[in-house]
Amino acid sequence: MADVVLKVFRGDRESGATADYKVPVAPGMVVLDALHYVQKTQAPDLAVRWNCKAGKCGSCSAEVNGRPRLTCKTRMDSLPQDKPITILPLKSFPVIKDLVTDVSWNYKVNKKIPPFTPRAGTDWRMQQADIDRVQEFRKCIECFLCQNVCHVLRDHDKHEKFGGPRFFVRVAGLEMHPLDGVSRVGLLKNELGLGLCNITKCCTEVCPEEIRITDNAIIPLKERVVDEYYDPILRLVRKIRGAGSSAK
Amino acid sequence: MNGKYETHEHDVLIIGAGGAGLRAAIEALGQGASVGVVCKSLLGKAHTVMAEGGIAAAMGNVDAADDWRTHFRDTMRGGKFLNNWRMAQLHAQEAAERVRELEQWGALFDRTEDGRILQRAFGGHSFKRLCHVGDRTGLEMIRTLQDRGVQQGFDVYMECTVTRLLMDGGRVAGAFAYWRENGRFVIFKAKSVVLATGGIGKAWPITSNSWEYTGDGMALAYEAGAELLDMEFVQFHPTGMVWPPGVQGLLVTEAVRGEGGLLRNKNGERFMERYDPQRMELSTRDVVARAIYTEVREGRGTEHGGAYLDISHKPADYVKRKLPSMYHQFRELADVDITAGPMEVGPTCHYMMGGVRVDAETAASTIPGLYAAGEAAAGLHGANRLGGNSLSDLLVFGRRAGLAAAAYAKAQNSPSIDSGQIEAAEREVLAPFERQGESPYVLHEELQQFMQKQVGIFRTEADLQSAMGKLEALKQRAQKLAISGSRMFNPGWHLCADMKSMLTVSEAVTRSALARKESRGAHSRIDFPKYDETWGKQNNIILRQGDEMNLQQRPTKELPDDLKALLADEKGAGA
Repeated sequence: MADVVLKVFRGDRESGATADYKVPVAPGMVVLDALHYVQKTQAPDLAVRWNCKAGKCGSCSAEVNGRPRLTCKTRMDSLPQDKPITILPLKSFPVIKDLVTDVSWNYKVNKKIPPFTPRAGTDWRMQQADIDRVQEFRKCIECFLCQNVCHVLRDHDKHEKFGGPRFFVRVAGLEMHPLDGVSRVGLLKNELGLGLCNITKCCTEVCPEEIRITDNAIIPLKERVVDEYYDPILRLVRKIRGAGSSAK
Repeated sequence: MNGKYETHEHDVLIIGAGGAGLRAAIEALGQGASVGVVCKSLLGKAHTVMAEGGIAAAMGNVDAADDWRTHFRDTMRGGKFLNNWRMAQLHAQEAAERVRELEQWGALFDRTEDGRILQRAFGGHSFKRLCHVGDRTGLEMIRTLQDRGVQQGFDVYMECTVTRLLMDGGRVAGAFAYWRENGRFVIFKAKSVVLATGGIGKAWPITSNSWEYTGDGMALAYEAGAELLDMEFVQFHPTGMVWPPGVQGLLVTEAVRGEGGLLRNKNGERFMERYDPQRMELSTRDVVARAIYTEVREGRGTEHGGAYLDISHKPADYVKRKLPSMYHQFRELADVDITAGPMEVGPTCHYMMGGVRVDAETAASTIPGLYAAGEAAAGLHGANRLGGNSLSDLLVFGRRAGLAAAAYAKAQNSPSIDSGQIEAAEREVLAPFERQGESPYVLHEELQQFMQKQVGIFRTEADLQSAMGKLEALKQRAQKLAISGSRMFNPGWHLCADMKSMLTVSEAVTRSALARKESRGAHSRIDFPKYDETWGKQNNIILRQGDEMNLQQRPTKELPDDLKALLADEKGAGA
């Protein structure tokens, strides 16, 4: 069987460089298999994060030949075999070691989002047609590939002011839940910095769950922010009615 | 206690952040306890995330005739009556309420025409009973529980491995752990501890389990002196992927059969006719796994040594909507379009029915302050688990464990931990850096090979004896495991700790399998192919005595008359 060379980042926060490892390619092999082979035979301390190896947990994200991917779903035979395959950690998060990055920032952002809060008196009946769009958002496996490619985070480091596509998807899932009774529009505008997104759709392109992040989550949320804060007629109506801040 | 260690103190410490651990945490928090959750991976990545088919709960939304009694009966029949009947009863009675609770916390299940939670058919269940979200039910469940717990305010210690339970005399007092990121040690001090560490699949090479499932909770409990129950019952799920090699063992959800998928051998025969003509593809997992294994062994297997599973007679849109991750999994990893042709499938090590022996009401182990729930605990499933009964198990007994652990903690003073235990734990964990010896990867592979060949689906006295000999030798060699590199995120070093757990549970499985001289559920002895009446009324109990693993038999508890009458009732399917 043909051998392929992997160029894998080895290092930590301070320094590092790629190291070369030769791996025999087996039928159907994925990049994560190749990394496990390296651990077993050449570098037992190579740090790789993974769990299910089935594209369901979103742990094994890395940049393979410059493209952010789940390594468990990236087939070796989908990559050119005649030159080395480069595997680097996600760029938007600080490296802990080798391919493992510090993604704890995401967990902090998540804490800011008010949970599902059912409207009083609901009978819990929902039609499938009304939840289809929410179920799309709930497919998210938190691989953070969308966070990794988002320019606002990757190139401009706006981690303090911006929630990122993953959390716009999460908020969309709550806002569009047919029985949810609170508004997160203020949060989107003020704390999650939705306005910073300039809809380049990079997040949608890398989503392994094929969630249409930009079209189905971000743009409708942007519309809600506009309705709430910038639509003069709606503002007037609300003023007259003396309604609160609900944009639902 | 020594001041040089990072220390965290909680009323309740929960080890494991899958469905059972998170549900326990939510309940303990609700009781006003301070709760710490420690897990080997990132939050939300535990194996629950991979559960596909659904949660079994007798809600009667699709089949109105279903109720807890029929669910109880199916569970007992599926477990070949070795189940702890009280657990099976509580589980059947409480599962529906636990599912409704998930919905109230934001989970969105697929819907019936009239807007209620949709339920699907599954093996061994007499009615359409599995509440589901396509084939990603586990993801929905873990995300719902995770967000609920985070909002309630538990402290999560992610990527942190517990290597030892700490004791205060006879009661549990906390745990010793290391951070995977930097290898530093951390002490958790707690009045009560809930083990929710899941299963043991990584002791076999062909498994649906991820690297985390090394039997840590069972090994920790065993070391601390708790009893393990019925460790011989290891479930091989009938349908794992068999090709290509890299994905061997990856789960193919039972929902494929629940939605009408058919099993055939290479001659095109629906071979389940020979093994369970009544229930066919929807027979219990032990039966279907043995059937596929037998077809392959007798030369009727597919090209890569499996059976064909075909759902392509259903409309392509339907398959993509109800089984989306299966569609993607086969398309991307095996170049197979399941809407157009069959999958190749074969048995894969999937689930542990055995585990820590617990009290049905409280999930308490035999050690004061130590609880266990979910796959780490034993009793509910008896000799064979029905599909869908795991997610409901996590919810029902996770909640009960959290409740009881919080109540126990309330009544206790803060424990004290002597520094001797901590120093011993530290020495043990650091030893692989300080000696010359073998790589843990080599030992792990050897363990997996003989567990697959000799402690697999079909077992014999000779094979099990041979495996015992190999385990003894591996235990000696494991004393000299060595590793290079630093303590910074070092998977080889982490595997050294996991190996210890795997060797303990593998020995417990093998000893128990040797003892049980009958075939029942997932335990099939070629040399004892039939049920045995005596064995049908006794459990295997594993207990540490000094450095020796002791095995004894204990009679099962007699069913009360009202439940006996339920089991005798022939209405509905099941056998």
